Amino acid sequence: MKEKQLVFSKWIEGNGPEAETVISSRVRIARNIREIPFPYLASDAQTRRVQEKVAKAAASQKDAFRQFSFKPMENLGALEKELLVEKHLISPYLARESQHGALLLRRDEAVSIMINEEDHLRIQVILPGLQLEEALQEAERYDDLMEAELDYAFDESYGYLTCCPTNVGTGLRASVMLHLPALIMTGQANRLFGALSQVGLAVRGLYGEGTEIIGNLVQISNQITLGQSEEEIVRNLLGVTRQVIEQEQAARQALLNENRARIADRAWRSLGQLKYAQLMSSQEAMQLLSDVRLGYDLGLLKGVDRKLLNKMLVVISPACLQILAGKELGPEERDMERPERLKKLMEQYKESV
Amino acid sequence: MICQECGQETATVHITKIVNGRKSELHLCRRCAQAHDELDFSFEPQFSLHNLLGSLLGESMRGSREALRRSKVQCPSCALTFAQFSQIGRLGCSGCFQAFDEQLTPLLRRIHGSSRHTGKVPRRSQGAIRFARELEKLREDLKLAVQKEEFEKAAELRDRIKAMEKEMKEGEQR
Repeated sequence: MKEKQLVFSKWIEGNGPEAETVISSRVRIARNIREIPFPYLASDAQTRRVQEKVAKAAASQKDAFRQFSFKPMENLGALEKELLVEKHLISPYLARESQHGALLLRRDEAVSIMINEEDHLRIQVILPGLQLEEALQEAERYDDLMEAELDYAFDESYGYLTCCPTNVGTGLRASVMLHLPALIMTGQANRLFGALSQVGLAVRGLYGEGTEIIGNLVQISNQITLGQSEEEIVRNLLGVTRQVIEQEQAARQALLNENRARIADRAWRSLGQLKYAQLMSSQEAMQLLSDVRLGYDLGLLKGVDRKLLNKMLVVISPACLQILAGKELGPEERDMERPERLKKLMEQYKESV
Repeated sequence: MICQECGQETATVHITKIVNGRKSELHLCRRCAQAHDELDFSFEPQFSLHNLLGSLLGESMRGSREALRRSKVQCPSCALTFAQFSQIGRLGCSGCFQAFDEQLTPLLRRIHGSSRHTGKVPRRSQGAIRFARELEKLREDLKLAVQKEEFEKAAELRDRIKAMEKEMKEGEQR
């Protein structure tokens, strides 16, 4: 596989609104088919039937799904699946544990429909920058297309029925991936995170539930799915996100005013390490990338752009490194491969400018 | 505040230790804090959401006779019992929502602050739901008309109900 195709996804383009703070916006909706048990309780034959039904639903609407490819998990290699996880297109559960799990992936990798995850269907849209409403609209469009062919499990009072009670109702989880170096550096982040949980929002690290915050990347998502409409949920998250952006920008300005030389120095040093280091862990790389991103956003540093930084964020992850190397690599070998790949990306970028 | 260890980075980890009544403070940057052996920075959650939900359900009525009765309730479609649901925190199929209705409503209210969906409705059932609501209303009107001895109106309502029921049956067969 060519590097270009590999390190590509709509969100990686890094060109949406508020891209200085918002890496990506994501919406996913959970749906189930009536009369078939949820995947974890369904038989082998039943999950297979779900896969067939969804594939057929897409195939029977050729125009709408022309840009999609159908990927059953059993046909993919372990690394290929992990790369999809690293690009946030599928969940670790779908990659590793699902029974007859499959993916419908749009060519631009903005839309991914997971089959036989915790629910029969998980329709997901990821766009670069702050585009929650756009992502919701797109997700609903595919939801309507699927509904035209599938008999959804829906209850008049409970709404869309899902395997986990925390998703019942709209089945909607909306989230934004934010880069908050200034709020974290100045120690304001914890207070903010506490306040967010009080308004029904959850804060997580880069890879979702149960992951810690690395590289100053923070995911904020709604918790409540019942009793609010889809538009309300998205509007709430949008409003809060705008406030967080404002605070982060204010904190960045304060840093710039008080510590301009220090921030610039750190950004340039980090860029130097990314260019010349010989050994690098992924955690270290993420911190360095955060420093460089902040420097770039504050206009203190040149020679990179957001797309390159996003690509670098993906290329440092384990599966991507191994696919590029064309062989399996242990943790130490990956720490050697990582700077090599970063160097190559930066050289390619220099040539393209 | 600058890190006490490296003297360069901003300190983001603040530790207050009290040993035998003596208090000491430590202010470290992220990297130095991670290098510190005595600090364990694994914040892996010890329990999953599903376990948590399970105990949320179980705890409220543990031990009562009512709890025992409820734990034996079983979903007729997928055979999941309420006791199993309480343990794993996940429902088995769409039928479970009806089978466990009595216990689910308070649980959902606790999770979401509401137990009533106000969002999107599938296009297909949109029509069906409206149809069912309309039919229900006509039947009530008919009852009222009979009570009030408005027989002409009642006859008219009866005809409309019959027509709708017929339409519904044909729809099902299709």
